Amino acid sequence: MNAIREPALSQLAWPAAGGSRVPYGVFTDPAVYEAEQQRLFRGDNWSFVALEAEIPNSGDYKSTFVGDTPVVVSRAEDGTVHAYVNRCAHRGAAICRDLRGNVQNHLCVYHQWAYDLKGNLIGVPFRRGLNGQGGMPADFDMKKHGLQKLRVDSYGGLVFATFSESVEPLADYLGPMPCKAIDRIMRRPIKVLGDQRQYVAGNWKLYAENTRDPYHASLLHLFHCTFGLYRSSQKGVSVMDAKHRHSMLTAQRGTDEGQTDEYKDTRTFNADFTLADPSLLAGRPEFDDGVTLVILAVFPNLVVQQIANTLAVRQIIPRGVDKFELVWTQFGYADDDAEMDAIRHKQGNLIGPAGLVSMEDGEAVEIVHRSIVRDQDQSSYIAMGGAEAKDAEHLVTEGSIIGFWEYYRQQMGWA
Amino acid sequence: MTDLSKLSLLEQHYLASKLLSDYVETIDEDRLEQWPELFVADSVYQVIARENADRGLPTSAIYCDSRGMLVDRIVALRHANIYAKHYYRHVLSNVNVKGVEGDELVVQSNYVVLQTLVEGDTHVFNAGKYLDRMVATPDGLRFKRKVVVFDTYRIPNLLVTPL
Repeated sequence: MNAIREPALSQLAWPAAGGSRVPYGVFTDPAVYEAEQQRLFRGDNWSFVALEAEIPNSGDYKSTFVGDTPVVVSRAEDGTVHAYVNRCAHRGAAICRDLRGNVQNHLCVYHQWAYDLKGNLIGVPFRRGLNGQGGMPADFDMKKHGLQKLRVDSYGGLVFATFSESVEPLADYLGPMPCKAIDRIMRRPIKVLGDQRQYVAGNWKLYAENTRDPYHASLLHLFHCTFGLYRSSQKGVSVMDAKHRHSMLTAQRGTDEGQTDEYKDTRTFNADFTLADPSLLAGRPEFDDGVTLVILAVFPNLVVQQIANTLAVRQIIPRGVDKFELVWTQFGYADDDAEMDAIRHKQGNLIGPAGLVSMEDGEAVEIVHRSIVRDQDQSSYIAMGGAEAKDAEHLVTEGSIIGFWEYYRQQMGWA
Repeated sequence: MTDLSKLSLLEQHYLASKLLSDYVETIDEDRLEQWPELFVADSVYQVIARENADRGLPTSAIYCDSRGMLVDRIVALRHANIYAKHYYRHVLSNVNVKGVEGDELVVQSNYVVLQTLVEGDTHVFNAGKYLDRMVATPDGLRFKRKVVVFDTYRIPNLLVTPL
């Protein structure tokens, strides 16, 4: 923490304490982005990297990122999961060049340095030279030249990694509310149904805000509102963990009949809009609590979602100050019957980059990012629900966004 | 009704190419309301990333198993979804008639979709292949099944207009 370059924080003024006024420069300043990589993504936080179900067997690996650092998540012969920077300890070449695969060990193609599944160096060609010539120095110690390892922990089948030696264990980092929400969705063994990827031309924190925002969902997304998949008038909650870094919003379909008058004049409530084939929305109740929508945002890079019968994790990968990648990994339960498989498959139309209730989120991020290119000392105004980072038993609030910013400021040392 | 297996290879190729040309023209000329009419009522339209198709996984960007669902996609595009205005230009190539199976003509082809936004510059938006099954109807050849396997699996922002 001490050695990093101070970002140009002093040039940016937060107009008030707390997180209800955010200067636009936070989204556009490359120095802020650099500081985030050190203080957030390599700081005392856990980043989501994989589902255990993506790498079920020994030798399975997945290439992914912590912040914008390429990492490999790998399952070893003893079943343990490991993560290391995807960079050969020799001269820095990527050791995994596919998205995923299965190997006995990882071999750098450049000079064939070999690593075991835990990231330890196990082979260096010509280490002792050829015909008495060349070779590595006599004091070369293989043990000191493994891949750069990250700490790994998992909860409910979700694998996280961190560069930090000091961050608390994962379950403590998550806290009771997110753990309970993960337990609920990851209640049975899952099967991965596939991935969707989208590349959004905006700062990653605009998406962090979006997924903590119950206010927008029925005003931006017509599908949500018109078909009652989500409306702020429904029974629901917006809650955070003790440190306000994680948040969850829930809603229950069918709890606001006769209470939608406030939507009458909005663009997104269109009683004339009907489906030629309503089978899209024909789902099946599968949770006893009646909750039909859950958006759990885990700081800094994960969203766990249930929308109707769709289940997915969304991983946010920052790709520079003005773009990020969003990877959706959709899943069902291993014991889903054929009818449930078909329901999840068809409802997949709702989510992802072509999702009828989700495609607008990328657009919302981009139209903000394009408009804040100047006036970076000006700020947003986040006050719905009382301009405080507090939990709510309703969905007319931006409290969780404020909580995110308060934790962000603290982590960035930006009091 | 035309028995597809009785047609010459040249006729099969011509009819398949004609349907594909009509298909991309309907999209590129923004006559999207006519797009579902190129499918039979009981049809499948699936848009799936190559990384999923190659693994045999089902997750699709779009999966419609009726013409009604295609109509709903277009109504949503016109009246529900929020996105940046854009044009598509499909470039189609390598139309390969594989043969006739039952009453279906099996056809594979490649496409590139160039996208132009209101700023005026044009980008490669998506590239991939069409795996088509076409059937004869009184109105001519129609899609019974169209699977779009796209190589460009990292979608720039969003996908609303059909590929």
